[in-house]
Amino acid sequence: MRDVSLTVNGVRHELELEPRELLVYVLRERLGLTGTVVGCDTSSCGACTVLLDGESVKSCTVLGVQADGHEITTVEGLARDGELHPLQQSFHEHHALQCGYCTSGMLLAAASLLAENPSPSEAEIRQALEGNLCRCTGYQNIVDAIQAVAS
Amino acid sequence: MIPAPFDYERAESVEHALSLLAEREDAKLLAGGHSLLPLLRLRAVRPSLLVDVGRIEGLAYVRDAGAAIAIGALTRHHDLARSPLLQEHNPLVSRAAGLVGDPQVRHRGTIGGSLAHGDPASDLPAVLLALDGEVDVAGPDGVRTVAARDFFLGPFQTAVGQREMVTEVRVPKLTGDHVWSYLKFRRRAQDWATVGVAALARRSDGGVAEPAIALVNMGATPLRAVAAEAAWAAGEDPGALAAEGTEPPSDTNGSAEYRRHLAQVLVRRAVAEAAAR
Repeated sequence: MRDVSLTVNGVRHELELEPRELLVYVLRERLGLTGTVVGCDTSSCGACTVLLDGESVKSCTVLGVQADGHEITTVEGLARDGELHPLQQSFHEHHALQCGYCTSGMLLAAASLLAENPSPSEAEIRQALEGNLCRCTGYQNIVDAIQAVAS
Repeated sequence: MIPAPFDYERAESVEHALSLLAEREDAKLLAGGHSLLPLLRLRAVRPSLLVDVGRIEGLAYVRDAGAAIAIGALTRHHDLARSPLLQEHNPLVSRAAGLVGDPQVRHRGTIGGSLAHGDPASDLPAVLLALDGEVDVAGPDGVRTVAARDFFLGPFQTAVGQREMVTEVRVPKLTGDHVWSYLKFRRRAQDWATVGVAALARRSDGGVAEPAIALVNMGATPLRAVAAEAAWAAGEDPGALAAEGTEPPSDTNGSAEYRRHLAQVLVRRAVAEAAAR
């Protein structure tokens, strides 16, 4: 076991982790933050995407011990003071989800993109979502929603 | 899928990492983890000790080293893609790095890890081979330099020994006379290349000199398409000879025959794209 300190959505947690515990399970099972979901479990689908120090990562491919001392943002950390994050509001307005399973990962992949490039082109948005699969094939509305926030 | 249990140590320095590696025969280095963690989850590899080198300071950099650009082993693909030095002096590396996996993978994966993993379907090994780059490998007896052509030994086998670690990669500076391209074909956005092609040459007397064409996923290691290179320099169609001497795999993304065809098409496109630069 190893002592690990994680700051998740601004709240610091001191945890004792087995080295093999994946970040996604630390978030879901240790901290109860079930907004981050497990999709493919093979580093492909992006459903488990969170921000690590502001950059998108697949939390099924990061060990909890690797995140020690770092800041994590999950979908639960996007809304502020009861107000949806602009991306969440835009996903709502553009009907950018059907089943919703990919949504938290899409939101955080989009947040990572906009942090680095506040006004991406449509092509840049599509490229930035390379690592996130939507099996409802709702990409068009997802791209529209991100573009609306970007412009 | 949960990995089997392993011990975990955090290396503070290259020397510390090497001493930890020497403790156990089956220890593995962990950097970005984007090749290793999927294998651990599938339990395809079962090291008893992971040595996390991800926090070693001073190993993530892109530096001007005279005739070459020196890249620290822990430099992430994302940082290679955005590096102004690489964009100016070796845009082939920054372009290919920006096409590895997807943004999340590029935020974690490192050049040292990608090279040491030795996956013949990876992008950067073929790019290094096309560039005749070199790799510094630190071990118990000090640091040795391995040329790209001697680095890749087989599928997932490289010149990096069990008790060694990649510390730096060097690629030559390209000039305004150089033409280059990196192309890959994949069925889904984030897939490994079904086939990839790195092409590089220097403009000379209306043609090209020093042609280099390296292939991704056309054999047990990244390969130089020697016959195609000669054809390119001679002003003939390099595509026709692109698959000569290759032994591509057959898998769910394509048969060996399909890959040979794809190599021909991609080499033609890469050479055309390079010529148009």
